[in-house]
Amino acid sequence: MRRLEPAAIAGVMSREVANFRTYWKGTTFSSVLEPIVYLLAFGLGLGATLVDEVEGVPYIQFVGTGMVATAVIFSSALPAMFGTFVKHRFQNTYEAILAAPVDIEELVTAEMLWIALRSGIYGCVPLLVTFAFGLAPAWGMLLVPFFCFVTALGFAGFGITMAATVDKIDQFNYVTALCITPLFLVAGTFFPISGLPQGVQLVAQINPLHQLVELVRGGAFGFEAVDIARFAFLVAVALLTWRIAISRMGARLID
Amino acid sequence: MAAIELSGVVKHFGPIAAVDGLDLEVPEGICLGLLGPNGAGKSTTMRLLTGQAIPDSGELRVLGHELPGDSKAARLEMGVVPQLDNLDVDVTVEDNLAVYARLYRVKDVGAAVDRCLDLARLRDRRRDAVDELSGGMRRRLLLARGLVHEPRLVLLDEPTVGLDPQIRTELWTLIGELKSRGTTILMSTHYIEEAERLADEVAVMTHGRVISRGRPADLIAEHAGRQTAEVYAPPQRLAELRASAEQQGLRVRPAGPAIAIVGSERAENGVIPEDAVVRAATLEDVFVLLTGEAAE
Ligand SMILES: Nc1ncnc2c1ncn2[C@@H]1O[C@H](COP(=O)(O)OP(=O)(O)OP(=O)(O)O)[C@@H](O)[C@H]1O
Ligand SMILES: [Mg+2]
Repeated sequence: MRRLEPAAIAGVMSREVANFRTYWKGTTFSSVLEPIVYLLAFGLGLGATLVDEVEGVPYIQFVGTGMVATAVIFSSALPAMFGTFVKHRFQNTYEAILAAPVDIEELVTAEMLWIALRSGIYGCVPLLVTFAFGLAPAWGMLLVPFFCFVTALGFAGFGITMAATVDKIDQFNYVTALCITPLFLVAGTFFPISGLPQGVQLVAQINPLHQLVELVRGGAFGFEAVDIARFAFLVAVALLTWRIAISRMGARLID
Repeated sequence: MAAIELSGVVKHFGPIAAVDGLDLEVPEGICLGLLGPNGAGKSTTMRLLTGQAIPDSGELRVLGHELPGDSKAARLEMGVVPQLDNLDVDVTVEDNLAVYARLYRVKDVGAAVDRCLDLARLRDRRRDAVDELSGGMRRRLLLARGLVHEPRLVLLDEPTVGLDPQIRTELWTLIGELKSRGTTILMSTHYIEEAERLADEVAVMTHGRVISRGRPADLIAEHAGRQTAEVYAPPQRLAELRASAEQQGLRVRPAGPAIAIVGSERAENGVIPEDAVVRAATLEDVFVLLTGEAAE
């Protein structure tokens, strides 16, 4: 049989959809409420007292566009880590799926696609919320779901890789503290990274989340030529983590 | 062509040889019981057959497909019912079935779901989440899920392990129905009664290989003879009886507080005490003699 059969990928995704129907309300509620809380706290609090504008943009809109990246990482890397681990270790879900005509490559691809689709949509929520805080709609914003999707693919691949690597679920604490939190903080969401020391700035360039923030702001306030390179970088990260996740999951699931 | 052909299959986990030179052929249309104690390699054999374990050496062929290379094509035509319940508990009964109908590329998903609901007798619970079902209903659903694509071959890995007797009987009925439709079944178990009731043939497995194979009646005749005498007595007397029976070349096995003298019809006068309970030889006698393990 062929590799990467659409029917197998769709089948695995349909399992995720069936599960999502049981928990979408909670996820959607928190994904809408969270950016509102952040925007009120940072945008209004900080914006009213300490900063007016950043890079020529009202601070609240600066944060609002940046929070797209926050929504993406928290709706992709974390569900990929915890969801994959739970399905593998506690629910034996993958054992059942792999007994059907589905191989590891299709399984991982489907899981990544599903997480990325969801993130592509949830990632737009902060942008929509920021409209209420005066952000003007722009044509470039139509690309935001797509940017979010590609970035989320990379984080989903990363999360699945981590799930296939750790032995115990509490080891995710290290992953969160050492990876997720720093990536989230030096993405340029709350402050421009141009203010950071040179070395840190360099590191921020290889942070996919920072590239996503720049692309979203490009969509909202005007693209630059370098944005093509940013996008290419995100695609490369997605491809790389895809292959790594497949090989790590293969090692975990096939004896 | 046999549904399953394994020859010289070896699978190590580090120093442990889980499967160690396994030869096994399952002809089409029979139910073969793979009977073995804990750790015999039954589940590993099942995982080899679904491509979830790759053998170190040996040849595997399932429904004419060479494994592990063509394992996906083999899986398309085979149903698997796992030892552990791995249903999606928050999802409805019908959605659980529909997902697997799609994974198995079933054309008419709705019809397949309806058929499985009837089979599992869960038609009126179709919209309930799985975690609202009773234990027995869940096991019926798990079995029906493995049959959603009407496979020619079904692997059942200890289908009733750890279940209470009533649920076990329910499942036996369903497996019996499956058998009567001519589906080929490979069923691992360590319950003698399960093998006796369902299996056309039994393969006794221990330490990763099959040590004996045949129809239950033939295995009993070959290894145990016609009758077994069970003797209940104080340990001292049991030891004496055992020694004199073994002197006559009879085989003796422990049976809880008693001993069982196998092939007692061949005993010479005096060896079998008057108060012994003489009964027909069983598959359990064979199992214990061959594997040295207490049966369940
Ligand atoms: N993934 C694994 N890693 C290491 N050892 C394993 C693994 N799977 C099985 N084994 C070992 O291989 C041997 C055979 O195990 P297997 O699960 O196949 O036995 P079984 O006959 O199914 O036993 P049970 O009746 O207890 O289910 C055991 O010693 C087991 O510990
Ligand atoms: Mg087992």
